[in-house]
Amino acid sequence: MEAEAAPRWTPGTRRWRRVLEDRRVLAPLLIAPAVIFMALVVGVPFGWSIYLSLTDAIGGSLTGNWVGFDNFTNAWSDDNFQKALRNTLVFTFGSQAIVLVGAAILAHYLIRDFRGKWFIRFLIILPWAAPVALATLGWLWVFDSLFSVINWTLGHVLHVVDTNDPPQWLGRPNLALLAVIIVHAWRILPFAVVIFLAGLASIPSEVDDAARIDGATGIKKLLYVTLPLQLPIALVALLFGIVFTAADFTVVYVLTQGGPFNSTQMLTTWSFQIGINSGSLGEGAAISLYLFPLLAAVSIAMLFFARRAQVS
Amino acid sequence: MLRRKLTTYLVVTPFAIVLAFPFYWMLVTMFKDDLDLYNVENVPYVYNPLQWKFWESATTKHVEYVFRDTPYTDWIVNTLILGAVVVAVTLLFALPAGYALARLSGSWGQTAGIGIFLVYLIPPTLLFLPLSPVIARLGLHDSLLALMLVYPSFTIPFSTWLLMGFFKTIPQELEDAALVDGCSRIKALLRIVFPISLPGILTVVIFAFSLCVNEFIYAFTFISSSENRTISTGVPNELIRGDVFFWQSLMAATLIPSIVLALLYNAFLDRFIKGFTGGAFR
Repeated sequence: MEAEAAPRWTPGTRRWRRVLEDRRVLAPLLIAPAVIFMALVVGVPFGWSIYLSLTDAIGGSLTGNWVGFDNFTNAWSDDNFQKALRNTLVFTFGSQAIVLVGAAILAHYLIRDFRGKWFIRFLIILPWAAPVALATLGWLWVFDSLFSVINWTLGHVLHVVDTNDPPQWLGRPNLALLAVIIVHAWRILPFAVVIFLAGLASIPSEVDDAARIDGATGIKKLLYVTLPLQLPIALVALLFGIVFTAADFTVVYVLTQGGPFNSTQMLTTWSFQIGINSGSLGEGAAISLYLFPLLAAVSIAMLFFARRAQVS
Repeated sequence: MLRRKLTTYLVVTPFAIVLAFPFYWMLVTMFKDDLDLYNVENVPYVYNPLQWKFWESATTKHVEYVFRDTPYTDWIVNTLILGAVVVAVTLLFALPAGYALARLSGSWGQTAGIGIFLVYLIPPTLLFLPLSPVIARLGLHDSLLALMLVYPSFTIPFSTWLLMGFFKTIPQELEDAALVDGCSRIKALLRIVFPISLPGILTVVIFAFSLCVNEFIYAFTFISSSENRTISTGVPNELIRGDVFFWQSLMAATLIPSIVLALLYNAFLDRFIKGFTGGAFR
């Protein structure tokens, strides 16, 4: 094929081909479409969101009158915003604390080989694999006000709650916040376990051997050998978890819609409430942008650790 | 050795039970009769009246209802079409980019790779507000086309990252041999690199598809009519009528896609880990 085609090349196409072979040309050429597409569907809307947050734009319009930082200050002075900001932080760090501890323990044992591992692993990744909105519906039913299976178990089997007046998981402010945290931790845990497993798998077996020779076993080995080596990957899991949780809309919306009495309102649900339901596009954009410093900090940290990992 | 095995089971089993519990409860619920389900004196974990042939106390009528009398099957079809288109578009952009980042670019390639990945961390919750009037202007409101346009914004960075990881694990020598034999780089890519990476590419297909199934906020704000919904927005918004919850039907609609996705995840998990960490954290 190649040999037959060769004589038909004109010098022009040959030069063109040689240019294509040059990696300084080919690399940008292959990367450019993806970068341009990302710039159009992520970069432009993101920039637009910043613009909108500085205007009085209302629902359905693309422009508005310039109002400076009014949207940011107005949003800030609203009690519900304050609550949403506090909730977002409690929600994010509360669920991630559960996830980190759970994932560190679970991954440590799940990396071993045992009979039935395939099935156990299947059960463990179910919460991560299930579509979020649907999995959360399952929890809505678990926390049901009348037929909650948890309350039935606590009341009829363990006798720790009053069966006539069981806890209203989604109807009391503090319990509802706890419920949202639990559901999100439940959902992110398998993902963190997977990242931890990846980290554990990358620890060379020589380290294991060296630790055994030095007499480090059991809990000592876990504390002084495995955990320190796991630290970088744990941070990666944590950073991902923070982004996914702080930016989550689905779990809160399906489970509580921000209620009762706005007690589980997050920055995301509150910006939806203001921006879409109330039609104040500008203020909604401003509210969602309050998330940005947190996300930017996480991204910078991620960049830092990725480089560190590269060097070592 | 036996003690080691025992502790493994003692730790792993409770986790598995807690994590999978809501799904067990979905499974039990979907076959329950109304009289059984809505009686707090009954033990909820089993079918009542309790008997050895437990299926005689259960019913499949609520599951049949979902498939026969609701737009559930439409939503599944919508989701499949949407997912297929988005995955195809994603591969078109991410395959060349992932390859170039893994092989062709120098030190700035690493930075560019991480840069693309950081785009994945800009969440839809920050973008849906400015996008919604744009979608309306384009006349795409209430159309799956809107989602086909927007979804690649998160599937492309995710897939580029994974593919970069996979391509890095392919020995450079294979390509060099092809290049020496007179193949052009593009040809080497199409004939050697992509076929070898097929398992990796398949992994990307599965996980990018599942990102499409998972997405909620765009589908929720851009699609308004029942027949155009995806399963993620259709089930919570359309199957709940006012204050009346048809829990058996809801749980059937929820459990079925979850199990399918979990089986796929489990089958491709090891490859996912390889690609995910191969990108940078090695």
